[in-house]
Amino acid sequence: MAGPVGCRGLRHGHVALTPRPGHSGTVAICLSFVVALILTSVPLPAALAAWRPSWVAMTLMFWCLVLPDRVGIGSAWVLGILLDVQGGALLGQNALGLCIIAYLTLRLHKQIRVFPLLQQSVVICFYLLLLEFFTLWVRGITGVPPQHWTFWAPAASSMLLWPLFFATMNAVRHKYKAF
Amino acid sequence: MLFVLVSVALMVTDHKYRHLEVFRSGISTMVYPVQYTASLVVELPRRVVTALAPRQALLEENARLREEQLSLHSRLQQVAALEDENRRLRALLDAPVALHERVQVAELISVELEPFRKKALINKGQTHGVFAGQPLINAGGIMGQIMHVSLLSSTVLLLTDQAHSIPVLLNRNGLRAVASGLGEDNVLTLEHIPLSADIREGDLVVSSGLGRKFPRGYPVGAVASIRRAPGELFASVRLTPSAKIGMTREALLLWPDQSDAAASDTAMSP
Repeated sequence: MAGPVGCRGLRHGHVALTPRPGHSGTVAICLSFVVALILTSVPLPAALAAWRPSWVAMTLMFWCLVLPDRVGIGSAWVLGILLDVQGGALLGQNALGLCIIAYLTLRLHKQIRVFPLLQQSVVICFYLLLLEFFTLWVRGITGVPPQHWTFWAPAASSMLLWPLFFATMNAVRHKYKAF
Repeated sequence: MLFVLVSVALMVTDHKYRHLEVFRSGISTMVYPVQYTASLVVELPRRVVTALAPRQALLEENARLREEQLSLHSRLQQVAALEDENRRLRALLDAPVALHERVQVAELISVELEPFRKKALINKGQTHGVFAGQPLINAGGIMGQIMHVSLLSSTVLLLTDQAHSIPVLLNRNGLRAVASGLGEDNVLTLEHIPLSADIREGDLVVSSGLGRKFPRGYPVGAVASIRRAPGELFASVRLTPSAKIGMTREALLLWPDQSDAAASDTAMSP
């Protein structure tokens, strides 16, 4: 399944290189972020809670990959602040991490876009580990470090879900013509 | 780069000062619908189950609750008598009296907050008069304190969070200590207890009212284990929190009397 989906992502990636005038699909982009925020705060059983994928970061990276001229570091910062407030975390903690991974994704979006989906997932996993590292760093400085190795689990679960996620988001993108 | 700098500045300000609370509260109010929607995922099935519950079960529950209320009422009568007695004795001792506090029921909203922290969201906020630092209890004992307030909701820092500590005393002998969370469910630790301290398993630990955040006399936990390792400076004491944190859906917000803090001060001075 990964192969054809990867090709699809590739093809439309190139479409996105020549953006059409107008801002079709802004609603879809915003909605996808809202859904990601909701998914982040849906309660899960205790055993699964630590393995929740980083939905917001994944959505952000998706849009940074396919629409780099529409979604960027500014959106990442706003999302990060929303995520911080929603979780009651230190203000700026997620904003910092999301800005950094948005920057990296934008910087390398042309390469990442042509990767097969599996290879993309590995890159995504690496970025998410970086995001978690920044969170760990900030939490360490403020004196509330996470005390369990499952702190790193979201990177793994996001990596596993990325091909499916990418395919779904691409379908959504086409439905709402977000180019 | 600019955004990174802004983020770092925000983090420093938020960590050191309280200036950003208004900003946070505003955004928090905007985010509340998102959290509410998320809680519906769990909430809706529960409501449907309640709505479909057979009449017989409801009748049984009603009867059970009536019975419980009756027994609590009879206990309450004794409390009234004891309260009067306490007031008279305190008057004899010239100690100020403070027993009554205003309370309000709040409901916990089932959403996930920052991972690896012990926090909760309740459905009462600024519009209900909630303030930062306000104590929250439930039927078992103290649950935690309010951390951030927005218009319609507030974030609670639970006793079990690793950043939370509460001044306590042993109900049996008045030994004073500080109970801190460890970031794990259902465990607290008593800090700086000398090896020779008179403390036993099963001892009830209540809030001492020092620090003026929590009213005194509410249960915090029971001593679950004591480990006195020779060579260590302090005994390692674990508590089980009295409030079944994480099991309850309702909580009580307390508005402590202004005189209460003063009362506990005089009462605590040796």
